[in-house]
Amino acid sequence: MAAVQGGLVDADEDKDIKTEASNDSWGNNNANDGRLLSPSPGSSASAGSNKSAAGASEEQQTLLAVLQFLRKNKLTESVEILRREAGLPEDSLEPKGAESSGAGSGGASGGVDLEGGDASSLLSRVTASSTAGAQAPTKGPIQSAAWLTDKLSHHSASCPTAKLTHSAGEDQPDVNVVLSAYSQQGDPALYEVYYSGLKRFIESVLDCHRAELSQVFYPLFVHMYLELVYNNHESEAKAFFEKFSGDQECYYEDDLRVLSSLTKKEHMRGNETLLDFRTSKFVLRISRDSYQLLKRHLQERQNNQIWNIIQEHLYIDIFDGMPRSKSQIDAMSGSLAGEAKREANKAKVYYGLLKEPEIELPLDDEDEEAENEEGKPKKKKPKKDSLGSKSKKQDPNAPSQNRIPLPELKDSDKLDKIMYMKEATKRIRLGPDNLPSICFYSFLNAYQGLTAVDFTDDSSLIAGGFADSTVRVWSVTPKKLRKVKSAADLNLIDKESDDVLERIMDEKTASESKILCGHSGPVYGISFSPDRNYLLSSSEDGTVRLWSLQTFTCLVGYKGHNYPVWDTQFSPHGYYFVSGGHDRVARLWATDHYQPLRMFSGHLADVTCTRFHPNSNYVATGSSDRTIRLWDVLNGNCVRIFTGHKGPIHALAFSPNGKFLASGATDGRVLLWDIGHGLMVGELKGHTDTIYSLRFSRDGEILASGSMDNTVRLWDATKAFDDLETDDFTAATGHIHLQDNSQELLLGTYMTKSTPVIHLHFTRRNLLLAAGAYNP
Amino acid sequence: MADREERRFAEISRESVKFMAESTGVELGDDVAGLLAEDVCYRLREATQSSSQFMRHAKRRKLTVEDFNRALHWSNVEAICGYGAQDTLPFRSAKEGELFFIEDRDINLVELALATNIPKGCAETMVRVNVSYMDGKGNLEPQGTVPSAVQSLSDDLLKYYQQITRAILGEDPHLMKVALLDLQSNAKIAALLPYFVYVISGVKSVSHDLEQLNRLLHMVKSLVQNPYLYLGSYIRSLVSSVMYCILEPLAASINPLNDHWTLRDYAALLLSHIFWTHGDLVSGLYHQILVSLQKVLSDPVRPLCSHYGAVVGLHALGWKAVERVLFPHLPAYWANLQAVLDDYSVSNAQVKADGHKVYGAILVAVERLLKMKALSLSQQSDGGSSGQTGFAGGSICYRVSSPGLSPPPEPLSEATLGIASHLQAGGAGCPLEEWTPVPLPAMYCELYSFFGDSLAVRFSTGPGFSSYSALKSSQLSDARKEPPGPTSNPDTTRKMPQLTANLNISPRHDGSPRTDPTPPSLAATGSGRSLTRSCSSSSSVQRSRSSSRSGQRSAGLSRDVFPKARFTSSQTGPPAFSFLIGGRQMGLRCQGRRPFQTNFAPTPPLSAVPPRAYAHKLPVIGRVGKPVRRWACSHYSLHLPL
Repeated sequence: MAAVQGGLVDADEDKDIKTEASNDSWGNNNANDGRLLSPSPGSSASAGSNKSAAGASEEQQTLLAVLQFLRKNKLTESVEILRREAGLPEDSLEPKGAESSGAGSGGASGGVDLEGGDASSLLSRVTASSTAGAQAPTKGPIQSAAWLTDKLSHHSASCPTAKLTHSAGEDQPDVNVVLSAYSQQGDPALYEVYYSGLKRFIESVLDCHRAELSQVFYPLFVHMYLELVYNNHESEAKAFFEKFSGDQECYYEDDLRVLSSLTKKEHMRGNETLLDFRTSKFVLRISRDSYQLLKRHLQERQNNQIWNIIQEHLYIDIFDGMPRSKSQIDAMSGSLAGEAKREANKAKVYYGLLKEPEIELPLDDEDEEAENEEGKPKKKKPKKDSLGSKSKKQDPNAPSQNRIPLPELKDSDKLDKIMYMKEATKRIRLGPDNLPSICFYSFLNAYQGLTAVDFTDDSSLIAGGFADSTVRVWSVTPKKLRKVKSAADLNLIDKESDDVLERIMDEKTASESKILCGHSGPVYGISFSPDRNYLLSSSEDGTVRLWSLQTFTCLVGYKGHNYPVWDTQFSPHGYYFVSGGHDRVARLWATDHYQPLRMFSGHLADVTCTRFHPNSNYVATGSSDRTIRLWDVLNGNCVRIFTGHKGPIHALAFSPNGKFLASGATDGRVLLWDIGHGLMVGELKGHTDTIYSLRFSRDGEILASGSMDNTVRLWDATKAFDDLETDDFTAATGHIHLQDNSQELLLGTYMTKSTPVIHLHFTRRNLLLAAGAYNP
Repeated sequence: MADREERRFAEISRESVKFMAESTGVELGDDVAGLLAEDVCYRLREATQSSSQFMRHAKRRKLTVEDFNRALHWSNVEAICGYGAQDTLPFRSAKEGELFFIEDRDINLVELALATNIPKGCAETMVRVNVSYMDGKGNLEPQGTVPSAVQSLSDDLLKYYQQITRAILGEDPHLMKVALLDLQSNAKIAALLPYFVYVISGVKSVSHDLEQLNRLLHMVKSLVQNPYLYLGSYIRSLVSSVMYCILEPLAASINPLNDHWTLRDYAALLLSHIFWTHGDLVSGLYHQILVSLQKVLSDPVRPLCSHYGAVVGLHALGWKAVERVLFPHLPAYWANLQAVLDDYSVSNAQVKADGHKVYGAILVAVERLLKMKALSLSQQSDGGSSGQTGFAGGSICYRVSSPGLSPPPEPLSEATLGIASHLQAGGAGCPLEEWTPVPLPAMYCELYSFFGDSLAVRFSTGPGFSSYSALKSSQLSDARKEPPGPTSNPDTTRKMPQLTANLNISPRHDGSPRTDPTPPSLAATGSGRSLTRSCSSSSSVQRSRSSSRSGQRSAGLSRDVFPKARFTSSQTGPPAFSFLIGGRQMGLRCQGRRPFQTNFAPTPPLSAVPPRAYAHKLPVIGRVGKPVRRWACSHYSLHLPL
């Protein structure tokens, strides 16, 4: 037993380290502002998960009054506790510019780590972020605590400084602070009465309100159960669970399972799921009428227990208008912390595509002449068209060209672009009547466990990440993989020759595949750079590695996550990449910085998959908390939160025009989202197991989904998006009416032979490539 | 805690916690243990839950030990080593004390480390592409990967494969032997396994050619014995090929000159061998085999040779299988068999001969059932310790015996095999059918009603049954060494109809196995039976009548016919009597046999033969004196390990 507890303590320490690392990166972040202007990288996170500013000033007043009162009565300890608990949001609300917003974000992300109760870690984080990297992460909590004390007293100007002496030892009991909200004592026997009373009431209200009010059941149930557990009423808690767990929506099953195993106060310390409930308010959207009904009922009955919970732990987003129907609610709920607040999805998103760089045609022509025998006039036309259409017309929704500094195109990139355009002219136009051919790349003898696959954009290379920590790269064209010659040999070659690029390659090393060894854990994510010179891999060992495909060696190990990194992806323009992992944070990196440029924190559980928007200005992350978030690369803000999935999200795909996002989860459903409006616009049902891969065809007409159920399914994306855009009302209110038209949209189901589909890729000519490991 | 209603989770009882504490020398109070147990359960659940995410990200459906260890690792708990094997660990139970455990074999690390025969030929991970669906139209059948051949072969392997298959299926027996031997010991043929399995699955296409079938079976044997091969799920395919040879009415069986019986015997033996050595590779294999055997046995439409196959198959799987499948079916089956045996029309001659084969096989199986049952009972009554050692012996026995394909050593190990088989069945988790063990006396009575004195195993079923343990010990000794016939002792307790005559089958029987290919076993059984019947038919009829069940359809009728066997004539004792021997007669060159047509010259008048002189030979029935030796030569017909 001792060992177990020791382990827990250690885990906490680990978390500490993690946060320290993040401090570090924050500092770095600010230092890098020259490149990526972000005056307040974290304020977004605080905006995302903290209370809205409106109610806050009121709260602050109250808090100050209470503090004063306590101080007068010499209850310094309570003052301290109260401050520590309330300090962060208060802090974040101070219009203090970079410093305080940084602090606020620290609080937001720090909420996740609170289980250790180490206020010190929080404090140190705050410190670090405000002092812009000047502070080494090794600085003790004492100092930072002292710093906070200063700050606190400074902020709460009306109450003079109290003598707060923080020490590491004192931090320990603060676990209770985290959970203290549960310490309110009610008669445990009455919990069932309260709950069933409310249940009876809700069942008796009008139908139109019932569905909405029923949303209250689940969070109430959870919080009441946790209260019982926290106050050591084990048997009552069990009885309570037994009695009412069956009433909950089936999509909460996973969380309920976690809850049911938790019957002791001691267990609450380390349980992350639980802390999510505590640290984030469960968001419900309820119409004003329904809410009034509920409020009146609870006040009439003097049902304070429930009322307190609703006030403390629930965030009720009240809207004016028609109550929503059950199906509308079900479509949007299911995430760990309820629905997204409407404000969360109001920010403007520049989802348009960037202007394609102009490329001189002469080069183009030359190239064509050299390679192609076809008549000149023919090819010129489509080329100009394709170039013109993209470059002339500036998409009104596109971000400005240099919103995010992008690397300049090299000559080789330009050549590749030309190749791309040439291929694009030969692209097959897909549609419901013209489905793509599907090629399946089977990994044979992959006994070590295939965990990730990626293709290069031009489909010339395929890479696999394996559970035995290796990364293997294959050439799928007859062109073999070659290494660059050694330095000594390179000195010998004639650098002026035209075919120098050919000469630097070592023929002796030519082979069909190469193995990259370096990770010390399964490789969960893998991504080629757009120029095919690099490969990224993320692993369970907490690192992301950058490999050169010229030398087939590891160039950089990006450390920062400290926990398994589930996914990584290069930006479509190269240079940047994003990674997300078990530490619930997604990070934005640049290949030439060994520390992250941005940290996107706000998810309540692991970040399971990450995708770049085609314009590189946004990053989408899917998480085990069953939400999808869209982050602005420029300022690190969370600009969209999409809820509706009922299981961890494992696949994301942006439509090629940047307007839509598709997501797939363990629940076997694909959901389609309109990024501009922040709305769910479609639900594709059909898969029977986790969807691991999603991909739009090059023109966006077809969505392909690959799943663990050994099928590839094709969906009519055009139709799915067209149908929805007519409805203006939904855009205004955010209430969607989803038709159940999955069957109409499903264009085909394609079986593999006991091979789960873990990656899909459309070639430039719209041939669909699928990959997976054969499981005999 | 234990009586908690929700059973969603595995729980560790406070007793377990106490035991564990005691094993490290700590005494725990009840409440402490209880608290600890609860906390441990919770931590386990927590770790399990967090391990599932590793599974999800590895894009698997199966939670592995490694996933769990990773979860432990990330919660800063030491990983648990030693359970990382790819395949499932066999979970066994010890019969006594409701103890369940994971079989943990000792691994000789030195041997492993110094092993020079590192398996090669593991195919390389590779990517292969195939166009599955043109224009979204789809090919005719779902396909995504290379179906049977999982890898492309190197030239060497291909050559090897061709040579080996050519040698084995070719004409030259010497070459075949060499090929088989190599197949048995080559460490580098893992990549070829699917191909060989495919070749073997060709049994269905050569069912007219006994020789080829035999060769294919030998190929199975070699593959199974190759210690470097991991058969994995190919076991299923191999088993189905072997089962085909056991059960199917092969095209070769049409011609009575073909000795398909030997093939079936051999295949059955092979089946049992595969099962004992590789049975844990595929869960539920035992159960499946039993079900298919049972299906054949209970299907009256099937030809007798199929039934014969089912019986020898069951016999080979151990007495437990016989007890569970054959014994309950016997009453129903008996009626049919009897009808066949009692039809003397000329047109029926062949079928009748087949019937005798079946009869003989059943008799052998049943005798061993009785014997083993008695033995196991005696072990039980001897107390847990003997059972324990017996078990250990058994497991060692069949593990060790694997490479040699020698039939497991004689009866004692048999009994333990029986226990193991029981465990296997338990492991499969599904009882074959509603099955309750029949107590030994009842079983004996019933069997006796069928077979009469043909049963070489004797028990008293009367009041003297309490002297069981005494009998047991004698049985034990009998089991180890055949000679002192069991007939000798029970006689004293109760007067059973005696075996009064014995055919002089065996001057050969004692001869060297090499020179004399005639297997004495079934022949002996058959003859013994017929003689027995001839001598004591009336009494056995009485018995069978008295115990005939109401549920039997035409049983009564057939039994009525039964006593009118023509062997009555032998009682009248004309000196020259000829009878059909129920066993098999093999040509000297082992080409085949002419079953049931051998007329033996009248051996010395039966009355002149003192019964006792031959009685001791009876237990030999169906058993081969020196099994290992004979085993090497595959021509022997009945290699059933007893």
